[in-house]
Amino acid sequence: MSPERRAAILLALLVVVLVALPWVAGSYVLSVATLILFFAFTGQAWNVMMGFAGQLSLGHSLYVGLGAYAAAGLFFHYGIGPWAGIWLAIAVCVAAGAVIGFLAFRFGISGVYFALLTIAFAEFTRIGFDHLQWLGGPGGLFIKVEQRESWDLLNLRGTPRMFYYVMLALTAAAFALCAWLLRSRAGYYWQAIRENEEAAQALGINTFRWKMLAVVISAAMTALSGVFFAFYYNNLFPEQIFHISRSIEIILGPIIGGLGTLFGPILGAAVLTILADGITELMALAGLEIPGVKQVFYGLCLLGVVMFLPHGIWPPIARRLGLTRR
Amino acid sequence: MTPDLIANVVIAGLLTGLVYGLMALGLSVIFGVVRVVNFAHGEMMTIAMYAAVLLFGALGLDPLLAVVPVAVAFFGLGYALQSTLINPFITRPEHSQFMLLVAVALIMVNALLMTFGPDARSVQVDYQLESYAIGPILIDKARLLAAGMAVATSAALFAFFRLTLVGKAIRACADNHLGAQVVGLNVKRLYALTFGVGSACVAVAGCMMILLVDVTPVLGPAYTLLAFVIVIVGGLGSMPGALLGGVLIGVSEALAGLLIVPSAKSMFSFALLILVLLFRPQGLLGKRT
Amino acid sequence: MNNGSNPLSSSRRRAVQAAGAAAALSTLGFPAIVRAQATRLKVGVLLPRSGVQGFIGQSCQKGADLAPGVIREMLGVDVELMNADTETNIDVARTRAERLIQEGANVLVGPFDSGAAAAIAQVAEQRGVPFVINVAAAPQITEQGYKFVFRNFQTAPDIVRNGLALIGDLFQATNTVPRTAVFMHVNDTFGQAMAKGIGGILPRLTQLPFKIVDTISYDPAAKDLTVEVSKAKASKADFLLLVCRLNDSIILRREMVKQRWNPMGVVSPGSPGMYEEQFYKTLGKLSEHCISNVPWYDPTAPLTKVVEKAFLKQNPKDKLVFHGLNVGFTFEAVLIAADAFKRAKSTDSKVLAEAIRQTNITSKMTLGAPIKFNAKGQVEGIGSACVQNLNLTPTVVLPTSAATAKPVFPVPGYAA
Repeated sequence: MSPERRAAILLALLVVVLVALPWVAGSYVLSVATLILFFAFTGQAWNVMMGFAGQLSLGHSLYVGLGAYAAAGLFFHYGIGPWAGIWLAIAVCVAAGAVIGFLAFRFGISGVYFALLTIAFAEFTRIGFDHLQWLGGPGGLFIKVEQRESWDLLNLRGTPRMFYYVMLALTAAAFALCAWLLRSRAGYYWQAIRENEEAAQALGINTFRWKMLAVVISAAMTALSGVFFAFYYNNLFPEQIFHISRSIEIILGPIIGGLGTLFGPILGAAVLTILADGITELMALAGLEIPGVKQVFYGLCLLGVVMFLPHGIWPPIARRLGLTRR
Repeated sequence: MTPDLIANVVIAGLLTGLVYGLMALGLSVIFGVVRVVNFAHGEMMTIAMYAAVLLFGALGLDPLLAVVPVAVAFFGLGYALQSTLINPFITRPEHSQFMLLVAVALIMVNALLMTFGPDARSVQVDYQLESYAIGPILIDKARLLAAGMAVATSAALFAFFRLTLVGKAIRACADNHLGAQVVGLNVKRLYALTFGVGSACVAVAGCMMILLVDVTPVLGPAYTLLAFVIVIVGGLGSMPGALLGGVLIGVSEALAGLLIVPSAKSMFSFALLILVLLFRPQGLLGKRT
Repeated sequence: MNNGSNPLSSSRRRAVQAAGAAAALSTLGFPAIVRAQATRLKVGVLLPRSGVQGFIGQSCQKGADLAPGVIREMLGVDVELMNADTETNIDVARTRAERLIQEGANVLVGPFDSGAAAAIAQVAEQRGVPFVINVAAAPQITEQGYKFVFRNFQTAPDIVRNGLALIGDLFQATNTVPRTAVFMHVNDTFGQAMAKGIGGILPRLTQLPFKIVDTISYDPAAKDLTVEVSKAKASKADFLLLVCRLNDSIILRREMVKQRWNPMGVVSPGSPGMYEEQFYKTLGKLSEHCISNVPWYDPTAPLTKVVEKAFLKQNPKDKLVFHGLNVGFTFEAVLIAADAFKRAKSTDSKVLAEAIRQTNITSKMTLGAPIKFNAKGQVEGIGSACVQNLNLTPTVVLPTSAATAKPVFPVPGYAA
């Protein structure tokens, strides 16, 4: 069986399992699964910028927050539902990404300086929103919650099962989009830029334009995860949603899973979340109570992956499953 | 807004800025020479602060004196860290180095949390709450001493790099990595030495900082960020630049706090960072590469 | 309850079978479709035992831990605690709440933080499991029309109103008439809610003699408050009105000494920090005379004495007075659940929720009106006390009915 065939079959199996999950799992597992998908989706969005185009963004919480506040603000102040809110969220995030990208690329900022620039923008926005009374300020923005037993997709109000499927759909769409992007002209240009930007420029590629495209797509995708967050949790605090720890949480999945791969972010998010919960359970079973153990474990995992598996854990697994040609 | 108020605030900002500058100095040295983005910088300073707290608690050692053992210990630790963990990463892509140190930082913060718990710790030296009064100006004694130590350490560092053979060799590495290897310098050892020296700087900064601020395990990341802002504003690889950057940030934050809403004063530093990155990425005193 | 010739063995066998099946199914993540007999109430306790609020969470936990013993004596009811750590993170709070419910928690209690409370409230409402909030001040939580969420704590506007009223009482009791105050507040969820409250309520309280001459908000993460204190000192206000948290309150007090600023007093209209143990341990004598007007327990109430005894037994090296707010309200949250269980005689969540709605506890530990929930699930009339740091101990000085000492204002160091 050719690797492509095998990959397609495994993918189909995974989809079936994911779609059927709510019917067999309790609501606790469902909430964990929704969280995994959330990080998988956001990680995939970040991956477009980093894994594909090689631009390290450490302030991605900026887009999650902007998207969330845009949609939530619209709903809170004008009663406009999330489907319209999405457009505003995307517009705001695209604008922010474009500004950051433009400033960075026009002025030749790359690598760690670019990363610091993204951090600075995220922090700046966090403190800014802390003083924005119209959107709740540090007190937080609370959207009116209406418990519906039925699904109200129009207003994103409904059961946890609905939210799970929404997130699943988003993740699947992101996966498909990234797969298409990788095989398109953009994908090849990005690879060229990632490997050696000067050589790419010498070949006549307009690196500025393609880098901007990566940033903008990544920002737009992340906006959607922000909108989901707003309507799933129904409250937003600048301290939490723009915080640098969120940015780091977002990038852990793709890096551990595999930068630039399609499946890496999803696998990474799943492994991390399950590991985290597993540790908590183990500690509870052992009757131990040591705050900070989980994070140390995260750090050790990250360290291990960075040192020994720099391309993430997905490539060796993919090879083992016979999904690559090598 | 009386002149007294402004003067008091500016002087306090200046003194604090010097201590920040010392912290950034360590980063500048490391970044300027080894070109490694030490994202665990703030965490290292936090560990130094805890070391000072422990020494004070066990031996009653004033942080001004504890500087010596802690700096020596950190020199060793920095040397070891560079030789074992970081060296293989010099040739790896930047984001790999970055993630390595993020992982190290994560482990450090939470190991501290596991060891010391979340409560704030401090040293209670006698002069902690004293201040000198010069007319209407009140100068915080602890702050003055800390700033003094910062200046002294910077001067010592400066002398090291200008006057000693090792120091000159390290500067050679920074200026021209390949050239240094060509003339036969043991670059690996020099890198480790530099990391050690940078870490010792951080240790001194930590011992000074504990006089001003209580330490908690989660202090690290904010200081890492601050150190980067200062280093970039002041100029990479420039030691006076680090001090200048520190003072600039210290004073501008103080003034921003005075003139606009104090809770937004950090926005100012980030805005400054963005501006410097865009218009003068080599920093105020750095050299264009 | 069960009846029959040999109730214990048959019911126990059934219970064991049921538990076995439930355990097997729950490891697969299946919902616990079989419940054990309703002889004890399982209370899920969600608190931040790690993370930024870890210290406070552990303090609240003490209140939960001593509850089963006291409740068994008082009500003859068995309460089993299921503890979970929210890690001061709303993602974790949500999943932990789900987990507890899946493991059979009949009632949820917690979580000290408004963000976590909002997240858990949604889970509780969705799954129809009652949730009794111990401490969380954001008013919106009980404005969402929830049927399963109950709060036995003041909302931020209540805290402000009571706090300001107590300030008026303080001035009356000490015969002082300060004209001006400088208002400093931490710029986070809580501080901002308080600031809004003060901005709205203070102008309407015409019997309070003072005006606010300057408002200074500061970053909760700031380690250096030199500028803020300089500004406050320059305002030449009579006293400092402060909304703070523990760490910044310590920094502020130190900075006041360094800058030689001695106002009439430091008064908080309702915020944590100055009555907490760390404040005394770190500042020693400097902590003296600071005042916090906060929801508190009544030191003269009989239930308080009972709880204090149980507290000392479990924490021999500690003193209840340093955990007053946290222990008082967490204990009462578990008490509310147990009291409802006793009346409902069932662990069915809908029945429990209804029973909680009918709660009327008059013999309680915290100050104020009896515990009765209004239509929104909120207890009205919870009282606050003026708590002053005297002899390194938080001491209730007002209201006089619950006071154990007289208030000191202005402070001895004040020079007009």
